[in-house]
Amino acid sequence: MRRVAKLSAACIASAALALTATACGSTSSDNDSGSPASGDGKGVKVGIAFDVGGRGDRSFNDSAARGADKAKKEFGGDIKELTAKTSDTEADREQRLSDLADAGYNPIVGVGYAYAASMTKVAAKYPKTTFGIVDSVVNGKNVDSITFTEEQGSYLAGVAAALKTKTKHVGFIGGVDVPLIKKFEAGYVQGVKDTDPKIKIDTQYLSHGSDTSGFASPDKGKEAAQGMLDNGADVIYSAAGSSGNGAIEAVAGKKGAWAIGVDSDQYGIPGLAKYKNSILTSVVKNVDVGVYDLVKSVHDGKPLTGTNTYSLAKDGVSLSTSGGFIDDIKAKLDAAQKKIVDGSIKVKTTP
Amino acid sequence: MNKLTSRIDKERLLLGVAAPLLAVVAALVVTTLVILATGKNPGDAFSDMVTYGFASDSQVYILNKATTYYLAGVAVAIGFRMNLFNIGVDGQYRLAAFIAAVLGGALTVPGWIAIPLIILCAMATGALWAAIAGILKVTRGVSEVIATIMLNSIATAVIAYLLQPGKLGQLDQAGTLVSTKPLPSSSYFFSFDAGPAGELWGFIVIAVLVGVAYWFVLGRTRFGFDLRTVGQSETAAAASGVGVKKMVATSMIISGAVAGLIGMPTLLNDSHQFSNDFPAGIGFTGIAIALLGRNHPIGIALGALLWGFLERTTNHLEFQGYDKEILGVIQGVIVLCVVIAYEVVRRYGLKRQQQRVGAELAAQAAAPTKKQEVA
Repeated sequence: MRRVAKLSAACIASAALALTATACGSTSSDNDSGSPASGDGKGVKVGIAFDVGGRGDRSFNDSAARGADKAKKEFGGDIKELTAKTSDTEADREQRLSDLADAGYNPIVGVGYAYAASMTKVAAKYPKTTFGIVDSVVNGKNVDSITFTEEQGSYLAGVAAALKTKTKHVGFIGGVDVPLIKKFEAGYVQGVKDTDPKIKIDTQYLSHGSDTSGFASPDKGKEAAQGMLDNGADVIYSAAGSSGNGAIEAVAGKKGAWAIGVDSDQYGIPGLAKYKNSILTSVVKNVDVGVYDLVKSVHDGKPLTGTNTYSLAKDGVSLSTSGGFIDDIKAKLDAAQKKIVDGSIKVKTTP
Repeated sequence: MNKLTSRIDKERLLLGVAAPLLAVVAALVVTTLVILATGKNPGDAFSDMVTYGFASDSQVYILNKATTYYLAGVAVAIGFRMNLFNIGVDGQYRLAAFIAAVLGGALTVPGWIAIPLIILCAMATGALWAAIAGILKVTRGVSEVIATIMLNSIATAVIAYLLQPGKLGQLDQAGTLVSTKPLPSSSYFFSFDAGPAGELWGFIVIAVLVGVAYWFVLGRTRFGFDLRTVGQSETAAAASGVGVKKMVATSMIISGAVAGLIGMPTLLNDSHQFSNDFPAGIGFTGIAIALLGRNHPIGIALGALLWGFLERTTNHLEFQGYDKEILGVIQGVIVLCVVIAYEVVRRYGLKRQQQRVGAELAAQAAAPTKKQEVA
């Protein structure tokens, strides 16, 4: 009897669940009274879905934010920002993009390759909205795939490192061993070896696979850099998000050693001002240019679509010259750059 | 009917409902204060949560999320009933989903063979991974908390090592996302089409079955009785002839097998491949949900639904301009309130019981004296 009572309770509960799933007919987008695209007719309405970390990471996400900020300043309008969590599933990312599309934001930018699958689905559902994805390729008539040739910028960094090292020993620190960061490694190693095959290269990744802590652990970066310095390396390139700050700090502690920064021109970042005289150069990845171009194109009524690769030739990646530490080797760097641009040097994307 | 109602202890029922109610009300109050402190209107926030959360597509989202969370909650609860803290659910489900995805991508047999194979493979992987901690505990006395935390990290490293282009992974078109070979479409799990609201994952059926099995095995079998006994007192269990070590190892393995299922709704109904953006951290969500549901099969279901509802609606709150951290605050506060509320209600119930027993004893003691007087 007791069993029957419990079983029937379970049945009622599950029936109630099934009922609630079908009871309410309207979807959330029907409920939304959101205005359609460019409702007030003024300026742009940019929706940005950030990767984990969001605005304020001093690196990748911030660079995308800069592009949107610049567009907003020029064209007016507003920016809506949403940020990813590490426990996100496809459903969360789809919700984020759909929410933005429902509310009439156009264009909508997904920052980071994690949005690739969800954007494929959502972009098909909202054909009148223009989408943009950074660091990945999404096939769709209304999607602008913004990719960068990180390996080309890193190649130049490798050339610079090879020319500046006195101990014939350099290092590379990667945040997480994901394919994107391996592009940095591949280009750097090739650049070093093409310049001087005898130079020894230490490579280290701070975390692995789904553990993305390597992008946000300055302590780990510092430790790794210290290890390489003790081992005799005197130029260290780190592509590791904010972990790179730790690496730069360690390098600054050793006289004659150089650090190479990444993503932004780290010579000019206020938080690193103390160490800027040890920052040889930075491999700048102009995510902001990609985002700005997309917003501008939508504002002009001629939305960008397809794959837009921001290469060395298009200034999508470049070496920063702040501080003037690489001025003496400028001729050789320019020569290498020219060879990459005209195609006589093909830079590998995997190590 | 009379018979039925008379068997239900009204007071126990009342106390049982009071605890979660108290917790939710307390959590609401704290959340209101937090939103007020950020200078926003909590009333608008709650009404937005309700309208958005009960839209049909939100309900589908919530049920899909709850399917995953329910399995996580049950996996953790099995350990809890045994006084085992299986923190390793997180690593167990990720490794299981990965291995199952590799197998699924390689299989070329029809779906009705492939799907059960994938699910069994996931359960076996989860069970094996958990068994390491279980065996270490019974043979070497290593705390399962420490062992499973370490195994989580090792699982992460193993996946990272194998999920590489040239090993078991393949790069996508842009060269930024690495994933296992996608499952053939014949190996997709069925789903219910809910029209514009989206697709309800068919795996919810499996989750319900797991819930029924959990309830039956723990509450209605000798094994379940042994398990609960060991959980309550190892020495008492040993004295009455239960093999404690065997029970510890077995329950850890079962917990791991259920943990292996956690990634399956996502893999079979949604992503169809394991890539480096596969959801992580659900094992820890499972701990909160098992706590919330008091290890009860229906309680865990309610907890999982509440969790899904909160995620869906607070995602939208962020869109409405509230701080996204509110979600974390609400979730944390609810778990804390639940733990406190249950303890408060338990103590109150104990006190009531003592008073009642005391009153009965007093009445008994008073009765004979009366008789004596008469005599």
